[in-house]
Amino acid sequence: MELKVIAEAAGAPGGGCASSGCGAGGDKLAHLPEAIRAKINNHPCFSEDAHHHYARMHVAVAPACNIQCHYCNRKYDCSNESRPGVVSEVLTPDQAVKKVIAVAAAIPQMTVLGIAGPGDPLANPQRTLETFRQLSEKAPDIKLCVSTNGLALPELVDEICKHNIEHVTITINCVDPDVGAKIYPWIFWNNRRVTGRKAAEILIAQQQKGLEMLVARGVLVKVNSVLIPGVNAEHLKEVSRVVKAKGAFLHNVMPLIAEPEHGTFFGLMGQRGPTNDELSALQDACAGDMAMMRHCRQCRADAVGMLGEDRGDEFTLDKIAEQEVDYAAAMARRAEVHAAIEASRTAQRRQSSETFVSIASLTRRRPARPEPRPVLMAVASTGGGVINQHFGHAREFLVYEASANDVRFVGHRKVDLYCSGDETCGDGESVLAKTIRVLDGCEVVLCSRIGYEPWGQLEAAGIAPNGEHAMEPIEDAIAVVYREMGEAGLLEPAAGATQRMSA
Amino acid sequence: MAYKIIEGCVNCWACLPLCPSEAIRDALPHFTIDARACTECEGDFADPQCASICPIEGVILDSLGVPLNPPGSLTGIPPDRWAEIRTQIQAR
Ligand code: SF4
Ligand code: SF4
Ligand code: SF4
Repeated sequence: MELKVIAEAAGAPGGGCASSGCGAGGDKLAHLPEAIRAKINNHPCFSEDAHHHYARMHVAVAPACNIQCHYCNRKYDCSNESRPGVVSEVLTPDQAVKKVIAVAAAIPQMTVLGIAGPGDPLANPQRTLETFRQLSEKAPDIKLCVSTNGLALPELVDEICKHNIEHVTITINCVDPDVGAKIYPWIFWNNRRVTGRKAAEILIAQQQKGLEMLVARGVLVKVNSVLIPGVNAEHLKEVSRVVKAKGAFLHNVMPLIAEPEHGTFFGLMGQRGPTNDELSALQDACAGDMAMMRHCRQCRADAVGMLGEDRGDEFTLDKIAEQEVDYAAAMARRAEVHAAIEASRTAQRRQSSETFVSIASLTRRRPARPEPRPVLMAVASTGGGVINQHFGHAREFLVYEASANDVRFVGHRKVDLYCSGDETCGDGESVLAKTIRVLDGCEVVLCSRIGYEPWGQLEAAGIAPNGEHAMEPIEDAIAVVYREMGEAGLLEPAAGATQRMSA
Repeated sequence: MAYKIIEGCVNCWACLPLCPSEAIRDALPHFTIDARACTECEGDFADPQCASICPIEGVILDSLGVPLNPPGSLTGIPPDRWAEIRTQIQAR
């Protein structure tokens, strides 16, 4: 469940904070009421900046599902609300509550608990709601959220509101039943299995109704869509328009993951996933005046920790069995840690705005020149909003676009998960070769350190490795590197062709 | 007259709460149906509930041992395609 944020606010394409690097997810949603921004300020899934600082966890209490998606194989896991791969243990509500308490005590950055499957949490209403009920009592400072395919949503909206859930994610892949029929082979509805177009029609109607009901009750709704080339790629622009019009505050377009070994219909039938370029292009097209989330990690349904890391192994049932947790002390400690994080975010924001003034002045000083071209840079970071990871340890890279006016987060790329969809995507490929392919289009990679061999290979591939900005705030460092590239004459519009790898 | 759950069931819990006869057990390695309790949903529902929500093909059998959801019926994946992929994977 993926989960997470933001682009341009209405009327400020590429501008405002998204670009200025003020670093506040909330500010990028400047068109939203204060109350909503306050709700997402420390939500790692909804605020692109918050995900550098705060942690979340999922508990897998909901194994049953009431529909079938062609990108899911329940023999393994849900590839949509969670990353494909086995959920290591399905928990009872009591076990889940125990785990959440243990994790929230051990990882004080934790702000959010989500239930996202492995099936559909609302197809398991007793298990899901019981977990929420206990948690809202025992850990009242943890935000609760839930992901759903929407089929059972309308009938459960009242229950959901009762448990004080602030955020709901609905996966909506289409608003046209003809498109839906290509994604959903069947649903379970009114005690029978319904197939084909009729099934999609019912599901779509329920999703839209559920969305409207939640918005009417003031619950924040994020919409996830899985981008399936040739099936709903064009159609997602329409989906984005519709859900935005109905009050969803965030739209997260995620790439289809379809490998034959996952055993899904799409995987086995050879349906390809989107390339990085197709995904960004669609995210840009959907952005418009709607916040788009670009830092979604398609996490597992039992993920624990900061986005992009998974500390689930530290908290298996047997490991937490003997732990006694002092709730009150843990909550006090969380409050302290969160206050410290907020103080450092504010400080970073202040610094960044200074840096950004200087970039803008760089262009102003040279009015005769054509505007320097934008450059994509990749960053290895384990969190905290700083460059702090060894190149060779990175399992994913954050990708930013630096341009004359701003530094903008455009997404992340996983080294071990995404297939860019081309022919070279084979098993024999070395991790380094794969990483280089994943970084296609980036001209610089910033990391804390990098080995000699990868250094040479990256350079050979036209990507400049850079370890000079270790422990510096990401956006500031990118701004500096971009300015240096300008000074070295690397930003002439024509230089792009030779700098980039062949796409 | 009773249905049966066989190996291949993924213990997903979807069927258990739907059974009007409380005939389904969350047993290991896979769920089972208590043959004495199962009514095939006669009198309660037009369709047997367990077989109507089960996402896995071939794991619920009727009293003649015939799968209620035969291969290809739920996923749309033709059985020969499955066979082919399986052969490929096993040849690795
Ligand atoms: S809703 Fe989620 S769990 Fe259910 S079939 Fe779809 S992807 Fe799988
Ligand atoms: S057929 Fe009906 S009564 Fe029998 S196990 Fe399935 S759901 Fe229960
Ligand atoms: S629905 Fe099917 S797979 Fe799930 S527990 Fe029941 S028999 Fe097993």
